[in-house]
Formats: sequence, structure tokens, C-alpha cells
Amino acid sequence: MIRMYNASKDYANGVKALIDVSVQIEKGEFVFLVGPSGAGKSTFIRLLFREELPSDGQVIIAGKSIVRLRSSKVAVLRRNIGVVFQNFRLLSDRTAFENVAFALRVLQFSQKDINQRVPEILRQVGLSARAGSYPHQLSGGEQQRVAIARAIVNNPKILIADEPTGNLDPDTSWEIMHLLYEINKRGTTLIIATHDKKIVDTMKRRVIGLERGRLVRDDQQGVYGL
Amino acid sequence: MMKLTTIRFLVGQALSSIKRNGMMSLASIGTVAISMFVLGTFLLLALNANLVADAIETNVEIAVLVHPDASKETIDSTYNDISSLNGVMAVTHVGKDEALAGLEKQFGEGHDLLRSLGGVNPLPDSFIVKVENPRLVSKVADVIGGFSSVDKVRYGKGMIEKLFSVLDWVRWLGAGIAVLLSLAAVFLIAITVRITVFARGDEITIMKYVGATNWFIRLPFFLEGLILGTLGSLLAATAIYFSYSKLVSYVILTVNFIPLITDKEFILQLLLYLLVGGAVLGSIGSAVSVRKFLKV
Repeated sequence: MIRMYNASKDYANGVKALIDVSVQIEKGEFVFLVGPSGAGKSTFIRLLFREELPSDGQVIIAGKSIVRLRSSKVAVLRRNIGVVFQNFRLLSDRTAFENVAFALRVLQFSQKDINQRVPEILRQVGLSARAGSYPHQLSGGEQQRVAIARAIVNNPKILIADEPTGNLDPDTSWEIMHLLYEINKRGTTLIIATHDKKIVDTMKRRVIGLERGRLVRDDQQGVYGL
Repeated sequence: MMKLTTIRFLVGQALSSIKRNGMMSLASIGTVAISMFVLGTFLLLALNANLVADAIETNVEIAVLVHPDASKETIDSTYNDISSLNGVMAVTHVGKDEALAGLEKQFGEGHDLLRSLGGVNPLPDSFIVKVENPRLVSKVADVIGGFSSVDKVRYGKGMIEKLFSVLDWVRWLGAGIAVLLSLAAVFLIAITVRITVFARGDEITIMKYVGATNWFIRLPFFLEGLILGTLGSLLAATAIYFSYSKLVSYVILTVNFIPLITDKEFILQLLLYLLVGGAVLGSIGSAVSVRKFLKV
């Protein structure tokens, strides 16, 4: 599903964010991406949905090189990738329903499809009762559920979560991790960048570790670090 | 084919931006309205002046007033003298009574001019002389003016040339003002759309992440400029329509010898061009901002 060959990223200011990283992630995998701040996790993620291009090396997603991808096809690539952020990035002037519906409207789904899929996804993330609430009326955990619903409503093959529990208390974090785990179990490839040692250690999934831009480890049933 | 849901979404985005930008939107609409109003006004002015000039050019004539106490014979011989001059195309004799009747007609019905003048017709006999070529007017007029039986000669000396130079001046002035105002309108719309681009930063990011195409992300911003421009020019077109109709009916009542464009269809077509012009201004304004500030 994801192949990275000797990918490097140098920024114009001289920072080497990624150095010679090679990684393969198969369809349906559950992968933690760990490392201290500035290790290159964000750059790694940006390469995956082609927010950035590698300075060197190759990145192939679902059989297509993002380096050679024409800019008009970038949108198509991104439809296959859902993204969730630490700060949720919900639209504050719209209800939970409309936030999720936004993704479908942008992809030109019909109102009929929207009326059918949005409630279904909200039910999946356990928010049926809060469909009409605005972000400021929701708890952090609920907001993150809306964000996840928005990311998966289009059935992407890959879900990327960048510090999804960074702003949440431990109990809520576990609820979110459980939700993400459920989504992964239904076949979505899941990549979670996180600082949360306890979660990584407990879940015992594949761990990809970055440090100062380099891949420092790739353990099948890893823990956060020593 | 775009789905109705999608169209509603795109237009909804644009309209909510216009509402959110309240004052800036109003300023943009106002500027477009003013520039289109000026453009339209000058256009109408120029077109009407053309019409007047045409009317005058085909009507260059010399009015020859015979001495009031000239006898019938003198008048007849003067008529023959004028007719035999080189370059004269036609001579029409207007008798005193005819002249009075014509004047009465111009004053409108219900006036008994003769009675108000004390029963004496003060108007002399006159001739209307048509010349083959407008350029011969002054020459012919000078010769006729030398006849002993002739009291006065009148013609529009240099009037056409003057009119045309004024006309050119009006045209350039109008074009200049309209261009400057249009630039201002484009500039204001560009600023308004730029504000929207920044205000909608979150939405743009999310649209990008869920895989919206570039044109889809850009379209609402184009629409915003387009709507602002169209609303502005619609205001201008409405204002021009009503003020021009008012002007026309006023002119027809008071100075009816000035020909004006009254063809409704022609005017509506002109206003339609204005509307399109406003829409184009709006689109240019938003295109400028979208290209510059909306990196997708």
C-alpha cells in the first residue's frame, strides 16, 4: 500500500527533515510512528498525502508514484487517504453533521447520499445523539470523533492520524484509540504518529521510529522506546 | 453535469462569504456600480451626441431672412438669385404666415400667438437654403448676405466641427474615467476575495485534505467576485435605466428638437453589456486574488 524508497527531504532553510528513509506498509496494517519532536514524523506524513514532495528517493502509494503524480491527480490520491489531526480542525460554524457532510459535498456527493452516509458514519463513531451540536458544544473526545468520521466517511484506504490523542485525557485517548482500532479492523490501513508511550506499549503493534530524520527502528510488535 | 447539491453548495459558500465580508462586499459592489454607471452614462452621452451630430450634418442649411418690408417681386427675384448660385441644392420659401404657424407649433397647441403679438406678424419672409456640401455653407452664405434684399443670414458656423471635437473629448474623458474606476473596482474585489481566502483558510485546508479538485476549491471564490461584480453592475444598469427614461421624457417635453435614443431594445442591450462588464470585472478581481493567495 505504501512504499518509501530512500526518501529524503531537505527544506530550503537547510533543515534535513528526512534522511534516506525506506519503509513498506502493507494493506490493512496498524503502524505507530514515534519519535521526539522534530524527528521528521510530520514530514513523513506530509509525504504520504503529497503535501510535500521528497527531495530525493521515491514514494509509492497504492501503486502510484507521488513524485511523478500530475498535480491534477493529487486530489484523487487524497481521496484515498483520510487525515486526523491533534487539534481536530473542525469548522466551528457548522454542526457535527455538517462537518462530516462537508467532505462529501466537496467531493460532489448528492444530498441523498449525504443524508444516508453521514448518520451512518456518526453512528459508527458513537455520535448519533450529537449530530446537531456545534464543535464548541462537544468535548475534546467528541470533537475528535467528528474529525475521524469526516476522515473516513469517504471510505479511504489509508487513515493517517497525527497525534490524535495529543489534546485528550488518558481515558478519552483510549476511547479514540479503540475507535481507530475498530476502523483498522475493517481493513483500513492505519498510521498513527504519537508521543503517547503508554498507548504504544500497551497495544504492541508495529512501531516505526524516527530520530533526527533517520529511520532508527521498525519493530513488528514494538514498544515506544527504551 | 454538476449535481444540484454541488451547485447549491458552491453558491452557498460564495453567498456566505459575501455576507461575512459585509462592509467590504458593499464597498466592492458600490465601486462596480459607480464605475459601470459612469461608463454607461458616457456611452449613452456619446451615442446621443453622435445622433445629434448626424442630424445636424444632414441638415446643414442656411436661413436667409428677407428685409421685412420687401415687396413680393423682390422676394421672387431673390429666390431666383439664390437658386441660380453654384452649390445650392434646394431653396424653400417660408412665408410670414407659415413662419408664424411653425412658431406656434413649436410653442405647443393652445397658443394664439398672433393675438398675443397684437395682431401684427413680426416675422419676415425667409428662405431655407440647402447646400450640396456642408463645406460650401460659409461661402454661399457670404454671397447671399451681400444681396441688398437680404436682412440676415444664419447658419451653424463651425458648429459641427466643434461638436465633433467636444464629442471626442467626452469620449476620451468617459473612457479614461471608466477605466480608472474599473481598475478600482477590480482592486476592491480582489481585496474582498483575499479576505475571504484568509477567512476560509480552515475550509480550504480541509477541502485539500479530503481530495477536492483545485477548480472546486477555487470556484466559490470566483463566484464571490462574479456575484459582487454582477450585483454592482445591476445596480448601475437599474439606475441608468430609470434616470435615462426620466431624462428622455423630460427632453421630449421641453427641448423636443434634440433627437435622443429612445429605442428601448437598444438601451436594454446596452445595459446588458454593462451587466456582463460588471461580471467580467468581478471575475478578474477574484482571479487575481485566487491566483495570488490560494495555493492548492
